[in-house]
Amino acid sequence: MSLNEIASLHPFFQLAPLVVFLPVLGLLINLLVGRRLGEKGIGVVASLATAGAFVVAVLLAVGLAQVSEGGTLTLANWITLGDLGVSWSFRIDTLSVLMMLVVSGVGTLIHIYSIGYMHSDVRHNEDPGRFRRFFVYLNLFIAFMMVLVSSDNFLMLFVGWEGVGLCSYLLIGFWFEKGADGIGNARAAKKAFVVNRIGDFGLLIALFLLFYNFGTLNFAEIFEKAPAVAAAAPGAIMAITLFMLLGVTGKSAQLPLFVWLPDAMAGPTPVSALIHAATMVTAGVYLVARSQALYFEVPAAQNVVMWVGALTALFGATIAVGQNDIKKVLAYSTISQLGYMVAAVGMGATVAGMFHLTTHAFFKALLFLGAGSVILGVEHGHAHAHAKETAHGHDSFDPQDMRQMGGLRKRMPLTFIVYLIGALALAGIAPLAGFFSKDEILAAANEKSIAVYAVLTAAAFLTAFYMGRQLLMVFFGKPRSGASEKAAESPLLVTLPLVILALLSVFGGALNLPGSHLLETWLEHSLAEAAPGEFVLTVALISLGFALLGLYFAWLVYGRKPIFEKDQTDPLQRPLNGLFTALANKWWVDELYHAVIVRPYQSISQFSAGAVDQGVIDGLANGMGSLVRSGAKAWRRFQSGYIRSYALTIVFGVVLVITYLVLR
Amino acid sequence: MSLGLIFMYSALALVVVVSGIGLITSRNAIYAALFLVLNFVTVALLYIALGAPFIALAQVTVYAGSIMVLFLFVIMLLGAEQLPIAEPLRGQRVLGILLAVAFLAEMVLFVLLRGAPTVAGQAVSPDFSTPTTIGMLLFERYLLPFEMTAGVLLAATVGAIFMTRQPRPDRKGALPAMPEESKE
Amino acid sequence: MPMSYFIGLSVVMFAMGILGVLLRRNPLVVFMSLELMFNSANLLFVAFSAYHQVLDGQLFVFFVMTTAAAEVAVGLALIVAIFKAKRTIDLDQMSSLKG
Repeated sequence: MSLNEIASLHPFFQLAPLVVFLPVLGLLINLLVGRRLGEKGIGVVASLATAGAFVVAVLLAVGLAQVSEGGTLTLANWITLGDLGVSWSFRIDTLSVLMMLVVSGVGTLIHIYSIGYMHSDVRHNEDPGRFRRFFVYLNLFIAFMMVLVSSDNFLMLFVGWEGVGLCSYLLIGFWFEKGADGIGNARAAKKAFVVNRIGDFGLLIALFLLFYNFGTLNFAEIFEKAPAVAAAAPGAIMAITLFMLLGVTGKSAQLPLFVWLPDAMAGPTPVSALIHAATMVTAGVYLVARSQALYFEVPAAQNVVMWVGALTALFGATIAVGQNDIKKVLAYSTISQLGYMVAAVGMGATVAGMFHLTTHAFFKALLFLGAGSVILGVEHGHAHAHAKETAHGHDSFDPQDMRQMGGLRKRMPLTFIVYLIGALALAGIAPLAGFFSKDEILAAANEKSIAVYAVLTAAAFLTAFYMGRQLLMVFFGKPRSGASEKAAESPLLVTLPLVILALLSVFGGALNLPGSHLLETWLEHSLAEAAPGEFVLTVALISLGFALLGLYFAWLVYGRKPIFEKDQTDPLQRPLNGLFTALANKWWVDELYHAVIVRPYQSISQFSAGAVDQGVIDGLANGMGSLVRSGAKAWRRFQSGYIRSYALTIVFGVVLVITYLVLR
Repeated sequence: MSLGLIFMYSALALVVVVSGIGLITSRNAIYAALFLVLNFVTVALLYIALGAPFIALAQVTVYAGSIMVLFLFVIMLLGAEQLPIAEPLRGQRVLGILLAVAFLAEMVLFVLLRGAPTVAGQAVSPDFSTPTTIGMLLFERYLLPFEMTAGVLLAATVGAIFMTRQPRPDRKGALPAMPEESKE
Repeated sequence: MPMSYFIGLSVVMFAMGILGVLLRRNPLVVFMSLELMFNSANLLFVAFSAYHQVLDGQLFVFFVMTTAAAEVAVGLALIVAIFKAKRTIDLDQMSSLKG
C-alpha cells in the first residue's frame, strides 16, 4: 500500500516509518554534532529519539484500536527479480505494534537510565569519550529492532535480525580492552557473534527453503499458501520450521546455543537490560509467533520447539542457582524465562508467550537496571572505602560479586524496594505481572503435555529459589566488604526509570487479566489461530505454592543464617556437594563445547594451515613456479637474438597454418 | 588466345622469376637492387595488361623510382659490404630452403584442391580503372584510410630523421650516443 | 590470361622473397626481398580486382605501396643508425638481445 492508501485507512498509520527513522535521526545527530552537545545533550537527544519512536508506536496502537486489521505501508522496493519482489514495508498489525511498544517503551526508560549510569561508568573505566558512542549504538539498536519487528517479509526481518546482532556485538565489546587478560570482553563479544552466526545460518537456510517452496518471502503470501504447501510437501515445512528454530535458539539463547548470553554480560548493564534481557533476545520468540501459521502445519516441529523451550527453562534455572555474579544470575534467569516463552509459542499458546515477553521485558529490565544501580552503589562505596589507598592502583575487587555485598537494604533503600518487586514478579508471586503471564503458560502446558508442565513448574520453583538467594545475599545480612558498607544510593536519573519499571512490573499483569483478556483480544487480529490463553485456578495456586516454597527454601538456606564471610563456601555446597559444583560450573557446557567443537576445529585449522596450505597449496604454487622456471630455461634457447632465426620461426608458423588450410 | 599473347606472358613471367632469382643470389647488393628494379618494371607491365594503368605508373614512379633510389643511396652510403659466404647459423640454409619449397608445394596443392578460378575474367571495360575513378573512390569511400596513411608517412619521416641525425650531447633531450658494443 | 597464371607467378615470387629473407645476411637485401613479397601480394590484388571487376583491390595496392614506402624509410634509417654504432650491417652480428 502506498502512503495515501494507508492514510485513508487511518491517518496515524502513515507515521509508521518514523519508528525507524527517529532513532536513526537521533544517532545521526549524536554522530555529527554530539561532541559539542555534551553528555546531557547527547543523552537527551538519544532518549528523545527513542521516546519519539514510542510516541509513534502509541499512535499506531491508537490507530489499530479503531482499524484493527492494520495494513502494510510500502516504503521502497528493494529487490525485484522476476517473480520475486522484496520491499521495505512496514507491517502495521497488533503483533508488530505490541513489539514496537515494548521495544521503544522499555528502550526509552533504559536510555534515560543510561544517562546516569554511563556518566559514572565511563569515568570508572577512564574513557569519557565513549559516552557518545554508547548512545549512538543504542539508537542504532533501536532502529534495527524496529526494522525487525515492523518488516512485512522475511528478508527485511533478517536485515533487522542481523542488525541487532551487530549492535549486540558492538555493545558487548563496548569496553573491548577490558576484561580478563585485557581481551575478556572482546572475546565475549566474539563468542556472541560466532554463536549467533550458527543460528543465523539456520535462519538463512530456512529463508532459502521458504523462497524455494513458496516463491516469495512476504509474510501474508506465505501464511496464506502454507496449508496448500504443507499438504504438497510436508517435509519442506518441517525443514523450514526446524531450521528457523535453529535461528531462534541462537538469537533467543536456547539450548544448545545459549552459551553466549551469560558472557554477554560483559557489556554495560543498560545493554544487558535492553538487548540481552528485554528486547533483542525476544526476537526469536517474535519470529516463532509471527510464523505460527507455519508451525501449526507441523505439530512435530511444534513439539520440538516446546521441548527446547521447556528444557532450556529448567536448565537455565539450575545454573542460575550456582552463580555468584549478580548479573550472571540474571543472565541465566533470562535464558530460563526465554525458555518459557519459546515453550509457550511452541505449544501454540502464542498470546501467553507474547504476554510473558511483555511482562518479562518490564521486570527483567527492572532487575538488570536494579543490579546496575547496586553495582554503581558498590563501586561508589569501594571508591570511598579505599580512597586513601588509591596509590596502589587497581585491585581485584569485583563490584558484581554477590559475596562481597550484603546488607545493602539499608544503604540503598529505593533500589532494594524496586529490586524486591522485580524479583517477586519474576518468581511469579501474585498479583505481580510475572504471576499472570507465567501461569498462562503453565495452564497451556497443563493442557498440552503433563511432562512439559512438570518441567516448567520445577523451573518456576528454582526461579523463586535463586531470586530469593540473590535477594538475601545482596540486600540482607551484614555487609561483607568495605565497599558494601560504604555503598550509596544512586542518583535520581538512575532510580526514576527503576520506579517506572517497578510500577509496570506491578501492574503489567493487567494487560491480560483473567476476565478482561485485553492483550488477547488485541492480538487476535494478528494471531487468528492462536489458542486462547486460559487462567486455571488450580494451576495458578500450585505454581504460587511452588514459588513461595522456593522463596522459603532460599530463606532457610541463606536467610536464617546469613553468610558472613566473603570467602565462605556456599551453604548449598555441603548438602548438594558435586551437584552444586556442577551448577557453579554451569554444567561444564562451555568446556564441553570447547572440547567437542572448538578443539577439533582448531586442530583441523592447524592441519589445514600446516599440511594442507603450506604443504599442498604452497607446494602447488611453488611447483608451478619452478616448472615455469625450468620450462623457461629450456625455451630461452629459442631466443637466440638472431633475426633470421625468428623469421624462420615465423615462416614455419605460416607453413603450419597453410597446412591446416590445405588439410581442412 | 593468340600465340603472340601467350609468348608475351611467358616472357614476362620468365623475366620476373629470373630477376627474382638474381635478387636473392647476387652477392653484391647493387646488383640485387638492379634486379629488383627489373622485377618491379616487369610487374608494372603485368599491371597494364590487367587494365590497371594507375597502379602500374605508381609502381614505376614510387617503387622502381624513388624507393629503389633510396636503397641504392643507402648502399652507396654504407659501402656495398661483401659478407662471407659461410652460413654461421646451423641448419638455417637447409631449413630455409625446405620451408620455401614446402610453402610452394602447399600453395600449389591448395590451388589444385580448392579449384582457383582458371578462366580469364570478363573483358575489362576501358573506363574500369582510370585515374579518375580511382581518385573518386580514394577520396570518397577511402578518405579516412587515406588520411591515416598520410599520418603514417609523416610519422615515418619524422622517425627516420630522428634516428639518423647526429647526436649532439650538449643539447637537452638529445639521444645519448650508442655505446660501442663489445663483440661476443 | 587465366587466373592460375597470376596465382602461380605470385606464389613463386613470394617463395623467392622467403628465401631471400631467410638466407641473406645483408639487411638491405632482406629488405628488398620483403619488397618482393609485397609485390607478389600486390600482383594478386590487381589480378583479382580485374577478375571480379571491383576497384577496391587496386586501392589496397595503393595503400600497400605507401605503407611500404614508410617502412622502407624507417627501416633504412634503422640500418644506417645500426651501422653507425657497430660499423657493420651483418644481421648475424646483432644478437645482443638473446635470452
